[in-house]
Amino acid sequence: MKKVTRLAVSDTERCVGCQLCMFACSRRVNVVGLESSCIKVRSVGGMERGFVVVVCRACPNPPCAKVCPTDALKPRPGGGVILNKDLCTGCGKCREACLIGAVFWDESQSKPLICVHCGFCVNFCPHSVLEVEKEENA
Amino acid sequence: MLKGDPLANVLYVDLTRRQYSVERREDLFRDNLGGSGVAIRLLEEECPKGTDPLFPENPIIFAVGPLTALFPLASKTVAMFKSPHTGNLGESHAGGRSAIAIRLAGYGAIVIKGASRSPIYLAIHGNEVFFRDASSLWGMGSCFTVGRIIRENEPGAGVRTIMRIGKAGERRISYASVTTETYRHFGRLGLGAVFGSKNLKAVVVSGSGKIPVKDPGEYRRLYNEIYDACTLSQAMRKYHDLGTSENVLPLNALSALPTRNLLALKLEKAENISGETMARDYLGRRLACSHCPVGCIHIAALHEPYQDEPYFYKTSMISYDYEPIYALGTLLGITEPSAFLKLMNRVEAYGFDAMSTGVVMAWATEAFQRGLISEKETQGVHFDWGNYQEYIKGVEKLVSGEGEFYQALGKGVGEASRIYGGEEFALNFAGNEMAGYHTGPGAHLGLLVGARHSHLDNAGYSIDQKFTPETLPSPEKLAEMILKEEEWRQVLSSLVLCFFARGIYNPEVVQRTLSCAGFELSEGDLHQFGRMIHREKYRFKEREGFSLESLSLPQRVYQTPTPLGEIKEGYVREFLMHFSLKVKEGP
Repeated sequence: MKKVTRLAVSDTERCVGCQLCMFACSRRVNVVGLESSCIKVRSVGGMERGFVVVVCRACPNPPCAKVCPTDALKPRPGGGVILNKDLCTGCGKCREACLIGAVFWDESQSKPLICVHCGFCVNFCPHSVLEVEKEENA
Repeated sequence: MLKGDPLANVLYVDLTRRQYSVERREDLFRDNLGGSGVAIRLLEEECPKGTDPLFPENPIIFAVGPLTALFPLASKTVAMFKSPHTGNLGESHAGGRSAIAIRLAGYGAIVIKGASRSPIYLAIHGNEVFFRDASSLWGMGSCFTVGRIIRENEPGAGVRTIMRIGKAGERRISYASVTTETYRHFGRLGLGAVFGSKNLKAVVVSGSGKIPVKDPGEYRRLYNEIYDACTLSQAMRKYHDLGTSENVLPLNALSALPTRNLLALKLEKAENISGETMARDYLGRRLACSHCPVGCIHIAALHEPYQDEPYFYKTSMISYDYEPIYALGTLLGITEPSAFLKLMNRVEAYGFDAMSTGVVMAWATEAFQRGLISEKETQGVHFDWGNYQEYIKGVEKLVSGEGEFYQALGKGVGEASRIYGGEEFALNFAGNEMAGYHTGPGAHLGLLVGARHSHLDNAGYSIDQKFTPETLPSPEKLAEMILKEEEWRQVLSSLVLCFFARGIYNPEVVQRTLSCAGFELSEGDLHQFGRMIHREKYRFKEREGFSLESLSLPQRVYQTPTPLGEIKEGYVREFLMHFSLKVKEGP
């Protein structure tokens, strides 16, 4: 039995829009800034109305993988997808298929940026908006 | 600085010709770090001596720093320009998403020159700059709406700043602000009027790039240390919990809360308008600037019924802080939170500086009561302590700019009192309006001699609170303390660190963070740098006609005893003499 983790947005109403999660996500891969972030916080439409946290929700049957013509995106145990960069041609179909906009784009490599559900960003959420869910995986 | 850091890119925009270019200015950033340090150099380069602040020649400079996007809380943008309010150095700081957007769009500074013939707004998306027609936004009643429309028409949601002006800026009210992200402001010295004079309605900047770092391992360790200090220690708790409005009750208890144009220092119902009451009854949301875990921005939800139809309500989201509560609340004798919020909402919609607007109307109230002005001048507005409806009418008249009286009021309390009298009770500090502290000589003299006449230049109000009437420092000692604090703050504002984080970013931490950005400076170097930037600002001020010797405090300040006793004119003269000598010593 192996535990799989999954990133979850527990309460967007607590989000103050500090975007530390976005910075953490890039920093995880040693990028300073936002270029490699797989999570985005933006206002609902004016900060007074609060924030939307856009991040992969680990769909059990991910549309992004379904449309990938080269099988570069494979469903991940526990939800979401795993990207094999070598197979990816950068066609962008995955990005179009994700209704919530959680397939981000690396402009320099012309390839998708995919959340790996590591939970690193959770450590830098000062207001408990994000959490890591763990589940047993047979 | 590190090789290839986009920080050294300066974007020059010419509004007259609708052209732009980028220059690498590595020396500029290496020698001046960023923020205030870089901005004062660029101002010296770009602003000819004697420039009229509302002429196209007056440049608008925005600068961020090497730590921006690298470490938390380095998220301020420094704006520099010649101020139409004081006719001298204009410097204003704001947060929101502005600094991160500029830095990750690939710039360390932006210089905007010239003037457009018709209303435009600038859209800067990474390395592309667009000059957009803003004719349909000009004259719009509310700054909030302007923000919404631009938001819907521009890309970059989440990684952009939208700096805009309201009607006050369009009408060139000398204390008009530039509002960014709805609730943050480049306030005080009239950047909004400079935007207005250039027909510049807004500046949008978006960016999500990356920046280099020296030692990734050390960087991550230090980042975690700072993050923990911000979130686990008590250092920043106050700003997160109640926010700056926490100050209302302690200042009232101290008899240092400016009330009714400083006629009193205690407000009878201060608890009504305290941070505690505001949080309990009105706080609707807290917000943070980008890359700041603190979230000090407090937004009240004001729920109001319409009078003409039952079961018809509106909810307005209005930001509040200590200074607006002081200026549009206690100073006008307003103790009802909903009354303060309604007035604040109007001031925000038009894009006025809240502090100057409050001080100007407090003077108008006293002048009206003393018969220096009548209904003829006020056009029927009955300025009266606590009567927020009349103050709202006053704000409407002020923005309309109709009549000589309101035109004078739109140039500040100094100009209005010079024409109509009452200079002795006009809370005018070298052309800028008073801040919310009557704690002692430090507060007032700090504001008077601060390079941008801001209470945050040197926090003299905080120095006051370290003393009692018995231990009051000598004028020379006070001058030394104020100058020392202001010099260190030049380092912080050159790194565009939020002053609220000054307890965390001590000289040792500053040194280590700078090392990650490729700047190796000793503690001594940092202090020397702070002195140098301070003197640069003073050099610019003197070039434009400023002189410490000609400064004075309003009579009202002498007449109203502070918790440290009455301020004496002799003390002030001696202070100014010592301060002047110290500034002349050079860096």
